[in-house]
Amino acid sequence: MSMRTTFRALPALMRVGFAEALAYRAELLVWVLSTTMPFIMMALWTAVARDAPVGTYGQAGFVGYFLATFVVRQLTGAWAAWQINYEVRQGTLAMRLLRPISPLWTYATENLGAVPMRVMVAVPVAVISVLLVGPQAVPQHWWGWPLLLVSLLGGWLITFLANVCIGTMALYMESSQKVMNVWLVLFFVFSGYMFPVAITPPWMHSLGNWLPFRYQIGLPVEVMTGVHSLPETLKLIGWQWLWALVLGAFSLALWRRGLRRFAAYGG
Amino acid sequence: MASRYVRLLGVQLRSASLLALQYRGDFLVEGVISAFWTLTAMVPLFVVYGERQAIAGWSFAEALLVVGWFTLLQGILEGAITPSLNSVVEHIRKGTLDFVLLKPADAQFLVSTTGFEPWRATNVLTGIAIFVYAFHLLGRGPSIPGLFASLVLLVTSTLLLYSMWILTVSAAFFVVKVDNLTYFFQSIFDAARWPSAVFKGPLAFVFTFIIPLALMTTFPAEAMLGRLSLRALVTAVVGSLAFAFISRRVWLRSIGHYTSASS
Repeated sequence: MSMRTTFRALPALMRVGFAEALAYRAELLVWVLSTTMPFIMMALWTAVARDAPVGTYGQAGFVGYFLATFVVRQLTGAWAAWQINYEVRQGTLAMRLLRPISPLWTYATENLGAVPMRVMVAVPVAVISVLLVGPQAVPQHWWGWPLLLVSLLGGWLITFLANVCIGTMALYMESSQKVMNVWLVLFFVFSGYMFPVAITPPWMHSLGNWLPFRYQIGLPVEVMTGVHSLPETLKLIGWQWLWALVLGAFSLALWRRGLRRFAAYGG
Repeated sequence: MASRYVRLLGVQLRSASLLALQYRGDFLVEGVISAFWTLTAMVPLFVVYGERQAIAGWSFAEALLVVGWFTLLQGILEGAITPSLNSVVEHIRKGTLDFVLLKPADAQFLVSTTGFEPWRATNVLTGIAIFVYAFHLLGRGPSIPGLFASLVLLVTSTLLLYSMWILTVSAAFFVVKVDNLTYFFQSIFDAARWPSAVFKGPLAFVFTFIIPLALMTTFPAEAMLGRLSLRALVTAVVGSLAFAFISRRVWLRSIGHYTSASS
């Protein structure tokens, strides 16, 4: 199928994704409730900062940071790995392959279709953050806003493409669930989800800069709370999109090769 | 009656361990992953205590005791409680719960004993190793009456965890797509990793009265240190029994609401 017809199908697919998110809104709510880690971490770190600030983060700093983390996690979420893994094992991937459009596009639009619903959760939290912390909870300079959007999109791309990579591994082994668990552990440690990268020991900080995880959550959060200068932000966004590119190429190659091995069970 | 259930439990346990032994490779992989999880899960602890000597009155070694209890309970949760109750969610989705309900034994007993993951026992060992290390750092042993109290608390915490799971699963009868209820529960339980004194304000209220996480990990750790009052111990026992009673009621009601998939 040509690229042109694929792009013409995208708006319809997005509508389907949105309708699905609307239909399963209870599931979405459960998912939102299960991403409460930033609030727990906020309680913990504000307790740590009660006597004296940690690095550049005081109590208010941590409140702003973790509320931003919650917002970013809502907006950059992807669950294609579980989906692909499940569909490969159940054999229902065959159904998707019959359609004249790559399943990767439908996974992507299903994930993006949920964004409007997620915005409805994220925006009130961002507003609360501004009320609690003041205007420094959101970008201070005009350039911060477009770059926030760019970094959010980049963060979603990395999350989604990594999901595709790991989900596709189910075509090579029985189940890629365990690989996903390992990825998630590293994500929790290095992404800035549990603590700002800036306050970690130097070796962890520099290792984190090389790994993709920080660009999923940490970077958009840092852009939102405006801790970097413009050149620094641009440099980090460059790294982020480089990772997105690498993961994109890798996932596509993995997907193409894997499909040749796919034999639908019970097909 | 009771002996029949004991025999039934034996049968279920045997079949679960046979299932687990079927994939011997998994045994090792799961063990390694579980150790890896525990180690990385402690990173925030190291980061936090890299900054401060004590947080909310808890030193590093004392907080380690809480982590030890967390690890131990996580082993019980993921080894004995989650696998079987995940199968309930699967049953509800596929409509095969009818077959369980038709069996001539208590449904809650049946669904709670169908799955075990024996390799999660590694978590219990890791928990004990953490205790040993923590007391080594403290430079003293645990208090002996405190140890007994913590064993009582181990029972009440397990009962609490189990009841909370029953409540979560009961929700599955009302919510259609529920795969991620597990994640929801685990992410809440994650807060039990930290001494409850850390939480202030609304979170403190939630974690003490609504979801009694403090009771599960902080109380046993305090008992080992020999500073848990008798009153707190009694509260824990009474509270967990009340919780178990409520969850049993809710479960029975949810079963009443259940309409089989075929009808």
